[in-house]
Amino acid sequence: MLLVVEQLLNGLQFGITLFLMSAGLTLVFGIMQVINLAHGSFYMIGAYVGATVTVYTGSFLLGIAAALPASAVCGMVVEIIVLRKLYNREHLDQVLATFGLIMFFNELTRIIWGRQPLFMDVPPWLSGNIELLPGLFYPTYRLAVIGVGILVALVLWLIFSRTRIGMQIRAGASNRDMIGALGVNIKLLYTLVFGMGTALAGLAGVMAGPILAVESGMGESILILTFVVIVIGGIGSIRGAVAGALLVGLVDTMGRAFLPALFRFLFDSATADSAAASLSSMAIYILMAAILVWKPKGLFPAHS
Amino acid sequence: MLKVDSIETYYGQSQALFGVTLNLMEGEVVTLLGRNGMGKSTTISSIMGLTPISKGKISFLGKSIDRSPSYSIARLGIGLVPEGRQIFPTLTVRENLLATAADYTHSSSPYTLADILTIFPRLGERLNNYGNQLSGGEQQMLAIGRALMINPRLLILDEATEGLAPLVRQEIWHGLGILKAKGLAILVVDKNIQALFKIAERHYIIEKGKVVWTGTTSQLQSQPELQTQFLGV
Repeated sequence: MLLVVEQLLNGLQFGITLFLMSAGLTLVFGIMQVINLAHGSFYMIGAYVGATVTVYTGSFLLGIAAALPASAVCGMVVEIIVLRKLYNREHLDQVLATFGLIMFFNELTRIIWGRQPLFMDVPPWLSGNIELLPGLFYPTYRLAVIGVGILVALVLWLIFSRTRIGMQIRAGASNRDMIGALGVNIKLLYTLVFGMGTALAGLAGVMAGPILAVESGMGESILILTFVVIVIGGIGSIRGAVAGALLVGLVDTMGRAFLPALFRFLFDSATADSAAASLSSMAIYILMAAILVWKPKGLFPAHS
Repeated sequence: MLKVDSIETYYGQSQALFGVTLNLMEGEVVTLLGRNGMGKSTTISSIMGLTPISKGKISFLGKSIDRSPSYSIARLGIGLVPEGRQIFPTLTVRENLLATAADYTHSSSPYTLADILTIFPRLGERLNNYGNQLSGGEQQMLAIGRALMINPRLLILDEATEGLAPLVRQEIWHGLGILKAKGLAILVVDKNIQALFKIAERHYIIEKGKVVWTGTTSQLQSQPELQTQFLGV
């Protein structure tokens, strides 16, 4: 039972990381109709900058404080130099150009930081365990990640539903020309939204740093899951990103944790292990297919 | 205040405007008339910077605007009520009014939400409804209100009452009458010529991308053959 709760929390924590990634990507796709494969690169940039600053200063908070503006600024520069040229092009052109950006950023990090992965330690003040239930000890750091994610979701919700800039972003998503004709500098707005999205990716990256190795190409594995999340949630919808990320995080984590045990009831252990391993790595794609059959536009389509 | 001087506009290879010239003074109500597809909407989107012109000049309050992005044209004081209203469907009525509201023209008494609801009381009952839940007439009132909230010096309406029920049309014309009385300049496209006669001083008739006639309301009223030839009434 405790194991189930623990794995649920792991799934939640993974889902939160996916949410931070997919919030930015779904905004950029929903509002600007541009497919940005390089979103994972900003996750990587956040992780590298965060790890480097943490190592130099000894402070994880300073690492986060550096990673956020670094990924935001990189994002805005890329938007101005590259993506502005792509808004009126086909999706295939966007895919090719942003795929090129992935290779550029992966090579750039190899040039700057070398081929060896960086390792970040969990900061001492977050390195303990908390006893959530009698007998259930859970790492403080992972709880902190969950907390930060919930906080970010709340702040995003407030920005979108309560502020003028949020209204303008929603308005711009449905009618770009019209919001321009009402005096809003839509180019600047797009750059800001893009920077906000890449800052969130950077935050996800720096928070994943102490859990994973920080290495060149680390953005691509999470990028695919992020696309699964936004397709499940409904492209362009923040609510959808929350729901999709939690679903994918939980299904993926629970599948890997419990499918082998379940299958052992049915098959002999060798068959069970290999079947469970292949099924658990397919689980989220099966989930995606099922949801798309049921709701072809995702769980919470943005422009309904 | 608005000077449009022999503008030509293309959509890709095909030319839509062949030298449209028109002027509009401070506080004046002027119409653009003509059958569908003759270039009225293209003229308006060219003024707004939404379809760039290839020849000619456009200036507003003495400033050249023909190379400006549409947001800076709007900020000089032109409020657009576009064809098809183009209300933001995912925003509530209140949000549609507030999202882009700004006092770009440093008006002495900038419009507030309450002012808009005084002109169009019906919107007051719908403040928390989303844009896609409104009737056509309510959408048009909202589109006018939304444009007023940027405190324009000139209001441009493309198809002010198209597709609306007669009673709703009256509400729209009544609202525009209030704005005219406040001294707002208005450039309006509509097919409802009798209503336009009541509110407008001057008219431009556009045919195949050119201005073919211009004159005052009384001149147009005294030449019914113009109406049959160019307007199909």
